[in-house]
Amino acid sequence: MKLIIAAIKPFKLDEVREALTSLGVSGLMVTEIKGFGAQAGHTEIYRGAEYEVNFVPKLKLELVVPADQAEAAVSAISETARTGKIGDGKIFVLDVEQAVRVRTGETNLEAL
Amino acid sequence: MKQLKLPLAALALTALPGLALAQDGPAPGVNPATDTVFILNSLLFLIGGCLVFWMAAGFAMLEAGLVRSKNVTMQLTKNMALFSLAAVFYWLIGYNLMYPLGNWAVDGVLSGVFGPGVLEAVGITAEGADDYSYASTGSDFFFQLMFCAATASIVSGTLAERIKLWPFLIFTIVLTSVIYPFQASWKWGGGFLEEMGFLDFAGSTVVHSVGGWAALTGALILGPRIGKYKDGKTIPMPGSNLALATLGCFILWMGWFGFNGGSQLAMGSIGDVADISRIFANTNAAAAGGAVAALVLTQLLFRKPDLTMILNGALAGLVAITAEPLTPGLGLATLIGAIGGVIVVFAVPFLDKLQIDDVVGAIPVHLICGIWGTVAVVLSNPEANLLTQLTGIAVVGVFTVAASAVVWIILRATMGIRVEEEDEVNGLDMAELGMEAYPEFSPS
Repeated sequence: MKLIIAAIKPFKLDEVREALTSLGVSGLMVTEIKGFGAQAGHTEIYRGAEYEVNFVPKLKLELVVPADQAEAAVSAISETARTGKIGDGKIFVLDVEQAVRVRTGETNLEAL
Repeated sequence: MKQLKLPLAALALTALPGLALAQDGPAPGVNPATDTVFILNSLLFLIGGCLVFWMAAGFAMLEAGLVRSKNVTMQLTKNMALFSLAAVFYWLIGYNLMYPLGNWAVDGVLSGVFGPGVLEAVGITAEGADDYSYASTGSDFFFQLMFCAATASIVSGTLAERIKLWPFLIFTIVLTSVIYPFQASWKWGGGFLEEMGFLDFAGSTVVHSVGGWAALTGALILGPRIGKYKDGKTIPMPGSNLALATLGCFILWMGWFGFNGGSQLAMGSIGDVADISRIFANTNAAAAGGAVAALVLTQLLFRKPDLTMILNGALAGLVAITAEPLTPGLGLATLIGAIGGVIVVFAVPFLDKLQIDDVVGAIPVHLICGIWGTVAVVLSNPEANLLTQLTGIAVVGVFTVAASAVVWIILRATMGIRVEEEDEVNGLDMAELGMEAYPEFSPS
């Protein structure tokens, strides 16, 4: 099993969700976050005073998939979340040791 | 606003022909023609006064929207309290100080009538009216009171988020009982500014610049909010609710029709009604001009339009047209308002450069555009003289700054005007009131 963590632009959420569910991904966790990466932030002007926006709003997606599905899920996210402009986000893939479904006690692949 | 009332002799002359016709007309003692003038004038003051009253709601919403959420309850409390205190103290002292009706203690400078305002008796006839040729005293008092309260409202926005409640309210009492009515008597009470030909139709100087000067003086003595200026840079402190601020702006815009239209002071003839109509149309045009100017200018200067500046721009246009809303055409009125909008867009960052912290932009809107509007009278009114206009602006400015400074400094020395640093950071709502405007949004 693999845990995929992706930071994406908020307006891309629906597209990404559709792409993932069409692959058979059965669950997705979404968190509103702020952060900086290559985009680093930008300046805004309020009543004539310039100020730095150091952290940009993003969405963090977390999903656990069977190892053989991970590559497809990653490319689904990266293709649908991509605008080609700076700030499209990042994807990380980690190994997952164990999964448990709380309701039934099923474990690992059966729990996904 | 009110000039000197006509002498009662004029009333006797106009009433005589009416008596002869009274037999086959309405009840004896009723003169339809002159009674109608009295009734319509009073009605103008009552409707106009209601509109200007509603500006108190506009100021409250504008300020509630432009302060941070931790200070909203306090800002609303100040607005309720200052309006109500203005109503009490304008009655007790201000009204008669402002309108001596020729009874000067110091000719043209200080009213010789002291004490509370008094209404006419219940159920008067024409003979019982204080001024049958003008309007009922109750309607006049009601209308004038609203202008006094508007002056006080201007101050609260500038000094928001850091001034203590009670010293602010004490300042409001002095402003509405003495400072505003005293200087207003020089123009609208028939004093020396009126005598020298100074023109200020509805109060760009008498109302708006006075509120602005008092606010500026307070801001200088009070100092900026903690964290507003750091290493020579201005740190934005975005307002809590731009929907409320926008509603406040529209309410003020609507109220201004009563502010300027009512200041025609007469509605008993075709000429007066036509003039009031011109004033409504011009007032609206100036507000639109100011808003459009700020919209375009912020797009050009700041890359994106700034709603808070557009709101200030509309109000700047309204203040600018207030000194002369009658004589310009629609084009000139729009232009006068637009220049007001331009002034605001440059004046807001300029004040920040000087580290004068004006939370809602009241100083650019009411003071600087009040001055602009008073000068702009010369563009359309042939009776206006530039030097006289500048003299009036300067006299009122010097007096208001000096009087306000004395009051602020006494308050600072005796009870302190600024909240503790920790209270300011936590917000005045919890520190001074123990009550939040949006409790469900704060961590419990």
